[in-house]
Amino acid sequence: MESVLFSVRLSLQVACLSTLLIVVTGIPLAYLLARKEFKGREVLDMLFTLPLVLPPTVTGYYLIIVFGRNGLLGGFVYQWTGWTIMFTWYAAVLASYVVALPLMIKTARAAIESVDKNLINASYTLGHSEINTALKVILPLAKRGIIAGAVLAFARSMGEFGATLMLAGNLPGKTETMPIAIYSLSGSGEWNKAHGLVMLMTLISGLFLYIANRYSKRTF
Amino acid sequence: MGLYVNLQKKVNGFSLDIEWEIGHEPAVLFGFSGAGKSMTLQLIAGLIKPDSGFVRLDDTLYFDSLSKTDLPPQKRLFGYVFQDLALFPHMTVWQNILYGAPLLSGKEKQDRARDLIRSFKLAGLEKRYPSEISGGQKQRVAFARALIRRPKMLLLDEPFSALDRPLRLEMREFLKEVKESFNIPAILVTHDFDEAAAVSDRIIIYEHGKITQTGSPEQVKTAPANTYVSHLVSS
Repeated sequence: MESVLFSVRLSLQVACLSTLLIVVTGIPLAYLLARKEFKGREVLDMLFTLPLVLPPTVTGYYLIIVFGRNGLLGGFVYQWTGWTIMFTWYAAVLASYVVALPLMIKTARAAIESVDKNLINASYTLGHSEINTALKVILPLAKRGIIAGAVLAFARSMGEFGATLMLAGNLPGKTETMPIAIYSLSGSGEWNKAHGLVMLMTLISGLFLYIANRYSKRTF
Repeated sequence: MGLYVNLQKKVNGFSLDIEWEIGHEPAVLFGFSGAGKSMTLQLIAGLIKPDSGFVRLDDTLYFDSLSKTDLPPQKRLFGYVFQDLALFPHMTVWQNILYGAPLLSGKEKQDRARDLIRSFKLAGLEKRYPSEISGGQKQRVAFARALIRRPKMLLLDEPFSALDRPLRLEMREFLKEVKESFNIPAILVTHDFDEAAAVSDRIIIYEHGKITQTGSPEQVKTAPANTYVSHLVSS
């Protein structure tokens, strides 16, 4: 029972941190993609969206190449500090972050692009800088899409399995998140515990979709 | 002294090439839709960058392709009233008006907003959102927001076109009051000749991105430069 509770707590912890990172980095990225014209914009969008359509194992594979102990970045870190992100709960956060980020970028970009251009122009002619206009006009008006994106990203983080398994492994009491625990429990025939986790997972995901829908109904 | 505008801009197959000058009196840009009137306002305000030309008000150059001067819209201090008014839907009337003066201190901003609310007959509506007030009230909020930081000029892009006739007549009177109390150049874009004649003694007629004729309402009515103008003033 203790290991089940651990996996619930770990999944919430991983989803909270990855959603926080997604909000902090995803909103500026979505803004950049929606409002700035630069070379390679659509390529960048495609790169960030790829994890949405790639099998999570492929995403996980790429992450190992970059962040693994012998990886492009990970090798460097390991040489200098002797530490690797692999098989820690931070790896689960990294996997969830990369897999769930596209949900935030897609919804927030669409919401930012749908803000009336005249309102933005009005803000400029009233003397407000671009950053001020973004904070006081564009983001508040795109709020519904941004919140929906964050909620979807949270739910996706909670449910992350494939990339997490490749990066963080399946270490009971260390990196065993809810979806991985369900996989282990059903593998070893512990159906009662698996049932409980499946119900809880469905309940949490359903609740989050309900919240996302309620937010997207609010209008000015 | 006054506003001197010389602008060239090609975009999506449309070509604008205009030059005109006005003093400190209101002027009207007049013509059918798609003639380049609204585009001119956006070029003057710095919302679109001209290919070449210059914009000078009194002694200040705002844009000049030769000396590569190009002040951003934030630094041009022109009050702009948009065709759809562009009131911020998530801000109250009070917040919308205050938003027009980002550089003023809190107290001065609030004093000015209170004065505008009184003189523009908006008292009691401060806490309402734009969706909760009438069309005429929205117009007055848009003007208050554009005027609170005491702009050097007003750019009005068909702000009355969405109103019905009695309200439009009322807004013309309102515009005259604004003209008298603020005494700054104002450029009104319209395709309603009565409105043009009521507001200004100087009409600048646009035809496919060029200026066809300039003059007083009587002049363009009695001696139209071509059939386009005579068609325009009688429609």
